[in-house]
Amino acid sequence: MTSRGRAVTGVVGVAVATAGLAVALGPLSGVMLVLGLALVASTAWLGPRGARVVGTLLGTLVVFGVARAAWNPVVGAVLAVVFGVLAFRSLPTMVMRRIAFLVPSLVVLIFTTTLLMYRAPGSPFAQERVATPQVEAALRAHYGVPKSATAFFGIYMKRLVVDGTLGPSIKVQGRSVEQLLAPALPVSMTLGLLALVIATVTGLALGLRAGLEPNSPADYASMGLVLVGVSLPSFVIGAALMIVFALKLGVLPVAGWGGYKHLVMPAVTLALPYSAYIARLARGGTIEVMQQDFVRTARAKGASERDVVLRHALRGAILPVVSFLGPAAAGILTGSFVVETLFDVPGVGQWFVRGAINRDYSVVLGTAILYASLVTGFNLLVDLAYAWLDPRVRGQP
Amino acid sequence: MSESRGPWSDAYRRLARNRLALAGAAVVALVTGLCFFLPALLGLDPATTNPSLAHLPPGSGHLLGTDGLGRDYLARVLVGGQTSLLIGFAATVASVVVGVLYGAISGYYGGRIDEVMMRFVDFLYGVPYMFLVILIMLLFSETARGNPLPVFLALGLVEWLTMARVVRGQVLTLREREFVLAARLLGAGDLHVIFRHILPNVAGIVTVYATLTVPAVIILESFLSFLGLGVKLSWGQLVAEAVGVVNPIRSYWWLLLWPSVLLATTLLSLNFFGDGLRDAVDPKARR
Repeated sequence: MTSRGRAVTGVVGVAVATAGLAVALGPLSGVMLVLGLALVASTAWLGPRGARVVGTLLGTLVVFGVARAAWNPVVGAVLAVVFGVLAFRSLPTMVMRRIAFLVPSLVVLIFTTTLLMYRAPGSPFAQERVATPQVEAALRAHYGVPKSATAFFGIYMKRLVVDGTLGPSIKVQGRSVEQLLAPALPVSMTLGLLALVIATVTGLALGLRAGLEPNSPADYASMGLVLVGVSLPSFVIGAALMIVFALKLGVLPVAGWGGYKHLVMPAVTLALPYSAYIARLARGGTIEVMQQDFVRTARAKGASERDVVLRHALRGAILPVVSFLGPAAAGILTGSFVVETLFDVPGVGQWFVRGAINRDYSVVLGTAILYASLVTGFNLLVDLAYAWLDPRVRGQP
Repeated sequence: MSESRGPWSDAYRRLARNRLALAGAAVVALVTGLCFFLPALLGLDPATTNPSLAHLPPGSGHLLGTDGLGRDYLARVLVGGQTSLLIGFAATVASVVVGVLYGAISGYYGGRIDEVMMRFVDFLYGVPYMFLVILIMLLFSETARGNPLPVFLALGLVEWLTMARVVRGQVLTLREREFVLAARLLGAGDLHVIFRHILPNVAGIVTVYATLTVPAVIILESFLSFLGLGVKLSWGQLVAEAVGVVNPIRSYWWLLLWPSVLLATTLLSLNFFGDGLRDAVDPKARR
């Protein structure tokens, strides 16, 4: 804790990390990775004013890039300016700080993913039937996939920032990554949001019910259900649902995507583990809040039981759940890899798994960027919601 | 009461009173024992194929039936359990070692070091962990396909983050306590203070989180197996294989049932034990 000890630890830590990465990844990549991480870490030094400026700049850039890809450069420029002005003037410093941290992390993520993919055995062109060196070289030049990872990173970043595109898919002929992911994104979002809603609503209801009467039969019943949800991998639950509802009863389609009926089993499967976890959190929160003095005061004032539950217990149950929603969303996205594969849902998760196995570098990077932005964006929303719900947090920067 | 009761003996008493937690521990021990000793004891072989005995239902020579290649399913379930449990425990140990050291250093030194180290954790948290795991698995896809080692490396690598955060939070408050100040005034070095005075105080909460990490890792491993990136033989891989042959015409229910039941029982028991341990170590945090 002495300042000398702190400095020594810092220097030793950075030196060890640099040396380790340089040995593991080669000198150029290792040093680049350390520099990237240092850039990400350096956002910790930004003051409130600095965070505001850097956050606005980076946020404006991102808005411009996305809007240009979605519509055209003019709309992009207009939206970016509007965002920049609004953000600089009215967004809380916490959000600006987060944006200033997130954009460099995304770049480091792209670099790390590139390194990992290039180090994995095999290449996108390994399975080509006519793989003479000349053909492979021509293909590599055509798709912008040189043999070195750092060169690829350069090409990819230039494409992303200057041209505003995620690049062509290497394995799906003649399609860009945007074209592949654009129809998949709404599918994954619908499934994910529905699962999140199911998980939150059922979890809250079960947990609140259990927490109001701890150690009652109702408590044991709902907590028993919860433990089953926590203890079975989702694809087992999914398979069981499939056998019962699709194969035996025939009321729901086995797999695929189309009408609302296709949504039911994947969404429930995806939601169940999180519903269970949320129920546990809500139960704990309810028990805690029901022992507080203000609940006794409310009762003494003659508030009805319904009022006590709705005004006080519900808030106690919701707070721990809200802080879990960020991790839950990330988990549901992860779970969607499995559930989409099981139910053959044409979502983003499938593209990632397929891209990773086929070494379709640009598809993997595209899905990585998409997922990371979704998770972090959602986390930001959750933090804002938490600050709004819990006055104790509100005052903190 | 004449004897003095420290926090550990208090926790032990509370744990001993929690029958569910004890039952959980007993079941885990039992399943582990069965998986590791029964195959050798009965001379079971999970690899011998026999096409004429394919898809035998349970009973008649093969207690749990056979799979599509005529392999004895009891042997496969037990040997698969070895891998699942091994990966679960090994990845947890790895995550504890890395997470505790990282969190302790970050929390103890505080200030900029803490900021930078926690930024790095935040960064990794922002990446959906399945990405990292799948990408790491790809690195080994040809050299060590089906080996437990890369799976355990990849899972340990993502699971230490929570541990680091928990430990860091605890250390941040511990380092302000009088006994740390006293030790430092007596001339103790940083490492001495961390290892002798701070880490023993986070042991309780670390044990609790470690217990709850084991089931999480086992589930993650089963996800990997399901996606075809896991190990050669584990509970998750057996379940995934069974899910793959679900069809409307013939049901081989035993293929899905046995590994699912063992997996669920083990995870349930680990969760019971972990919850009991948490209540025992930290009775205020009953959740």
